[in-house]
Amino acid sequence: MTGDLDRYDYLDGNAAAGPLSEIFAIDVLSARGRCAACGRTDAMATARLLPHSHGLLLRCPGCSAILLRLVDTGHSVCLDLHGLSFLELRRQQNGSQPNPPQPT
Amino acid sequence: MGIVSPGFFGRRRRDDPALPPGQYLTESFPVLSAGPTPRIGPDEWEFTITTETGQVHRWSWDEFLALPQEDVTEDIHCVTSWSKLGTTWRGVSLDTLFESVESDCEFTMAHSYGGYTTNVPLEDLLGGKAWIAHEFDGAALEPEHGGPARLLVPHLYFWKSAKWVRGLELLRQDEPGFWESNGYHMYGDPWREERYW
Ligand SMILES: [Zn+2]
Repeated sequence: MTGDLDRYDYLDGNAAAGPLSEIFAIDVLSARGRCAACGRTDAMATARLLPHSHGLLLRCPGCSAILLRLVDTGHSVCLDLHGLSFLELRRQQNGSQPNPPQPT
Repeated sequence: MGIVSPGFFGRRRRDDPALPPGQYLTESFPVLSAGPTPRIGPDEWEFTITTETGQVHRWSWDEFLALPQEDVTEDIHCVTSWSKLGTTWRGVSLDTLFESVESDCEFTMAHSYGGYTTNVPLEDLLGGKAWIAHEFDGAALEPEHGGPARLLVPHLYFWKSAKWVRGLELLRQDEPGFWESNGYHMYGDPWREERYW
């Protein structure tokens, strides 16, 4: 990827919260994702979003490769995750203690 | 749900016969980008057409500017709903660039500096319908708008007019480009509102 991502007027990944929360039950932006291009692993909220695009693109802050692509066609939402080689989705925790097993 | 900023929308004149369905007029020139703006100097710029046999036709910046130039006035239509009428461009017709190219393919993929791709049928590039443009409104095309040179295919939605174009690859079968592989229409005729799959 040639270019000048740092010079660009980007937003951080939290700007993607609305569209992502519509389709994911968990908070994807607090999940840790690994860039398939450079291996950098960090919270998805640290990714960079260019505000004026044909779709929602989250780019790696390390190498600027695309981590996630989302296009809302109106009747569907198209999601491309091939730029992520790994995504760690953490369950919600109460305070500092992990959730106890739920009685069945 | 607003993924794309609706702030671009200008005046709507529903009775304007130049305006495709669902489009709004704008006087400005909004910049939409999939990524950072590549900065390509004339020394490193080249344009290529690659055939199915692997033959590469290549033009340097100076060779490109030495080709016959055309001044065209065209309406452009962005899939995010803005249209801009009567835009003026200067560039080289794809008919000129394809004069020396022999191919049996019906499809092409445009490749850009920065990695962007978009697919366009060959017949939509020929017959006085498409250009490699390097001037807009009488001045050198700015990098934000695709300079040094961009593809100009004004009869299709403007995402097909690849910014920072560096080459065309001839394909035996149609293949999706960058946006066409994730929701956007393979052809993109604004008069038929071919925005998405
Ligand atoms: Zn990366």
